[in-house]
Amino acid sequence: MKRFRFSQQEIVFAVFTLLFLVFSIFLRGFLTPDNMLTLLQNVAVLGILGLAMAIVVIGRGIDISLIAALAVPPGLALQMVQNGHSLPTSLLTAVLLTIAFGLVNGWLIAYAEVPSLFATLATGLLLAGLGQTALFQLDVVQWSPGMNGFERLGQGTILGIPTSIVMFAIACVVVAFLLRWTRWGAYIYAIGDNPYAARVTGIPSRPIIVLQYVVAALIGCFAGLVMAASVNSMPTRVFNSTLIYDVILVVVLGGIGLSGGRGGVLNVVIGTLLIGTMLNGMTIMDISYAGQNLIKGVVLLLAVITDSFLNPRNEETAQQGDI
Amino acid sequence: MKHFGSSTRATVAALALAAMIAPAIAQQGLDEPFQKPFKEALAGKTVAYVPVAMNFDLTEGWYAGLKKELEPFGVKFVIRDANWNTNAGAQAVTSLISEKPAVMVVHNPDVQTYAKLLQRAENEGIYVIQINMGSAYRSSAFVGANWVEIGERQTEAVVKACEGKSNKIAIVQGALSAAASAYTLKGVENVLAKHPEIKVVSSQAADWDAAKAKAITQTVLKQNPDLCGIVGFWDGMDIGTAAAVKEAGLTGKVFVATSGGGERKGACELVKSGAFDLNMSYDVPTQAAQMAGTIKWLLSSSVKPGSIKGSEYTTLIPITKENADSQMSCWNLSDLKK
Repeated sequence: MKRFRFSQQEIVFAVFTLLFLVFSIFLRGFLTPDNMLTLLQNVAVLGILGLAMAIVVIGRGIDISLIAALAVPPGLALQMVQNGHSLPTSLLTAVLLTIAFGLVNGWLIAYAEVPSLFATLATGLLLAGLGQTALFQLDVVQWSPGMNGFERLGQGTILGIPTSIVMFAIACVVVAFLLRWTRWGAYIYAIGDNPYAARVTGIPSRPIIVLQYVVAALIGCFAGLVMAASVNSMPTRVFNSTLIYDVILVVVLGGIGLSGGRGGVLNVVIGTLLIGTMLNGMTIMDISYAGQNLIKGVVLLLAVITDSFLNPRNEETAQQGDI
Repeated sequence: MKHFGSSTRATVAALALAAMIAPAIAQQGLDEPFQKPFKEALAGKTVAYVPVAMNFDLTEGWYAGLKKELEPFGVKFVIRDANWNTNAGAQAVTSLISEKPAVMVVHNPDVQTYAKLLQRAENEGIYVIQINMGSAYRSSAFVGANWVEIGERQTEAVVKACEGKSNKIAIVQGALSAAASAYTLKGVENVLAKHPEIKVVSSQAADWDAAKAKAITQTVLKQNPDLCGIVGFWDGMDIGTAAAVKEAGLTGKVFVATSGGGERKGACELVKSGAFDLNMSYDVPTQAAQMAGTIKWLLSSSVKPGSIKGSEYTTLIPITKENADSQMSCWNLSDLKK
């Protein structure tokens, strides 16, 4: 008889469904189309970042510098426009900076063989420091008249759906396409699953790893632009926040194992939905900040504990190495 | 007659002498006895500055203002940027205690962390000036905004704007343990106690983060589209609050009150654009000037650090559409740095 087993993805989906049902029944004003859109809108940026992290984690890496890529290049674009440069020039500069940053990350990890955790921890600090000391006049880079029109990236609606949700959806489609239908995507899974086997079979591992970090940085920069457009400024201080943990949480909670080679866009969407539902419900209930943290912690712990009961670790999975 | 004549001559001579000497005395001038010891008391002294972080309008403004007032007197100005990290800040204060600057200007991230350290610093002979966000320890001087008053005045404005409307308001707090957040909330409560008709539909902390403030406000507005006012705790964060109000198409219908340092881009421009209806400014250049004045006085008075304790609450400037255009309401960081 085959033993029925839940994957973490299914467990998280079940927790999400349960929470969603409970909120829908007991929380007045939760299950309205308007609130559903707000829920998604609030986690759109987190979701986009989750996609970037997913690409790296599937390739058996981790990118702690993602928030620096979110904060610094978009901040630079805003600052340049404020200083009188044109919007296209500023955006191009931001994108070039992002690519350069991704290349440095990729080179350190693929060629210099620095573990991704430490490499990106250092480069993230470096980029954020560079931003603070050399690029921005103030921590919060304000929107200026030269940016007019660009705020549509994060504000307003397209066919009645808030733009940031549309941007998340577009990012999902692009990343899903890259991962599932391109050779590059297949290589990432192969490298994540077994880097040595991938190299032996002739996959150009190192360039693929570099590309992985460049794409992640670019998605991070995109998330930053959506965020800046959404709040009409770039609070570059976000680098010092706990956002990166939330991103890792979305990815891991959604069921993308840190040991690499597994998962996809759907996992990120599920992880994002669970976080979004929790945050939205707690905001409606007006639960205090400390209370919210407590509840978040309990729910996440429950999910992880349930997973380890249903899918106990054995010799083989332990060998794969969780971080 | 002869006697009379000689006396006349003597008088004339005396007058002539006086006429010659008097201008000479005036030209010599009178030495002011206090400026020399004042200069000596300041020259070569070190003033250390520990803000919660540099690179935002408040801390940059205080820095520029202090530098401008103190450096011409030969005061050495050192900075220890805690960069939003409470541990780094506590370490900076600890290491400064052993370096023994004459004065420490401290911007507390919360009311507890530095309290013991600041007491130790004063025991070691360092004057401690706390700026805007105080700690539980009262040092030589506190220069800053009266948060309770800010909370009260913001809430009064929101309550007034709510007259004849739904009476539903929301509160967007900062970081719960910071003096600026906790004391402002007290002010809000003081006013709400007098207005039982007002219903607070949401009171949450956005942790000084604009994106979080936006997310919270969006959700609250969807639940309560008839909301009539929001009390926000800092304009740097409430850019997000205002963005959510604008996105919901409720600018002008939901009264947004906030507070900040009064820098032009962050305050007056945003009031003019309609993002904020009221911004209580604590006027950073004035705060810097008062701090500098206090430092000069302390250094030249040679009172023992810790033996006197006082407060200087700065006068608040309510910025609304009426005065947002005035040159006096706001200040430019770029000008202050010149």
